[in-house]
Amino acid sequence: MTPFRARRSDLLPRDAAGETWLTGVVAILCLLACLAAVAAMASSRAAQGWSGELGVQATVQVRPRVGETGPTAAARAAETLASVDGVAEAVALDRDAAEDLLRPWMGETALADLPIPFLVTVVLDDQAPASAVTLSRALAEAGLDASVDDHGQWRRDIERSALMISGLAALAFLMTALGAAAAVVYATRAILAARRDVIDILRSAGATDRQVANLFRVRMGVMAVQAGALATAVALALTAGLRLVVGSDGPVAALPVTWSDLGPLLLCPPIAGLVAVAAASVAGRSSLGGAFKRR
Amino acid sequence: MPLEPRRIAAAALTSDPVRLEAVGFGYAGRPEVLRDVNLVLPRGSFHFLTGPSGAGKSSLLRLLTLAERPQAGRLTLFDRHVSSLSPADIPQLRRRMGVVFQDFRLLDHLSVFDNAALPLRLAGRRRDDYAGDVAEMLRWVGLSDRASERPPALSGGEKQRLAIARAVIAGPDLILADEPTGSVDPAMAERLMALFKALNRQGTTVLIASHDEDLAARSGAAVLALRDGRLAEGVPA
Repeated sequence: MTPFRARRSDLLPRDAAGETWLTGVVAILCLLACLAAVAAMASSRAAQGWSGELGVQATVQVRPRVGETGPTAAARAAETLASVDGVAEAVALDRDAAEDLLRPWMGETALADLPIPFLVTVVLDDQAPASAVTLSRALAEAGLDASVDDHGQWRRDIERSALMISGLAALAFLMTALGAAAAVVYATRAILAARRDVIDILRSAGATDRQVANLFRVRMGVMAVQAGALATAVALALTAGLRLVVGSDGPVAALPVTWSDLGPLLLCPPIAGLVAVAAASVAGRSSLGGAFKRR
Repeated sequence: MPLEPRRIAAAALTSDPVRLEAVGFGYAGRPEVLRDVNLVLPRGSFHFLTGPSGAGKSSLLRLLTLAERPQAGRLTLFDRHVSSLSPADIPQLRRRMGVVFQDFRLLDHLSVFDNAALPLRLAGRRRDDYAGDVAEMLRWVGLSDRASERPPALSGGEKQRLAIARAVIAGPDLILADEPTGSVDPAMAERLMALFKALNRQGTTVLIASHDEDLAARSGAAVLALRDGRLAEGVPA
């Protein structure tokens, strides 16, 4: 075998126009995209969990009639509600339990004089939950003056917030992808300008526009896949480390990280490669086309 | 006995790889470099293009290699009018040419072997398929032992020989060479001229631009003299 046969040459020079720096920039952008994706998945999961829990609960406020004590009215309401189809459990909240709920916001001293409402917490059947209307009708038929809160407003607020957080995370993912694409377009144009001499030599030897463009597509695609792999490795390590350290609850309640979040991160290198190839195609088409038009 | 250079006889040539009709050319903001150039290079012809520095030799070669387009007149290459070429046509025409540049234009990051093989690689041939041809060509130009080196490690003469090897490796229909013997010793110059003649005998059209009129005279090839952007004795279309 001749000594030169072992060498696989690349028609474009290595490290033209600071490709090492470009790899670093794309890797950082890929890492940000990975973290944004993890945040989107975790926040969406948290919102779904909260919404699901709220969806099978209701709170009933009971107003005792004349001659009836609050605890008695609440107990009667709980008994009535427990017999309604679609209700799994109904429990009257005694004053101590209600004070425990309010204590963090009201403080100890204010609680003694506070007219605390008489409440019944209702756990609904998660398969066929009773509606607020059904509960209200049952209470009215039992002669109870009560109002039912099915947490719908709060659930809608949480779902709206979750949608917004997921949207923002998706926007962050998109922006970082666009940033990576812009960096590749800029770098491709810089290399085209810096290596005009090489391109002229290739053309004089018969290279087609497509062949020259393919050199840049391959170069940028490989660079982006490498940068994406590096970023994925770091993101996997960070996410796995977080999961191991803080457990399935995540660092905050809104970010419950799970092992399943690691899987989608593996898509980062191929996506980065595709984005880079597309960006290099755009840059190459405009630059090379311009060069041909001038001639 | 050395042959006298033949002057081109007006209207004696037929249309073939190269035809220029009243071609004018100049760079932006500068005086016209070529004026009213009429020239036909028939298939299988061998010409020297002579003239002092600045006469327009390199500019004429740039037109023929499609690096520039004429601003006046009509240039026809391989029966294709240059003005009507699409971008996709240009590489196809260039693949029928072998060009030796005065400044060599080698790819410094590639080995000598890969530089010589460049036209074959761009034409889509496999390395296993062309390795023997390239090795043979490098042996012919005396660069076999430098095959794995890179151009910066070569002398001027070696670069010149490598540039010629790259130009002729694909067996082009037309060879355009700008001062191809300018950096080699007389013995190698004769050897390279012998290569051009051998290719010419096989039907390849050869045009060599050189300021060395003695070399042109010794070669026995037809001589085109370029003076101030005009062919002193050209061939009307």
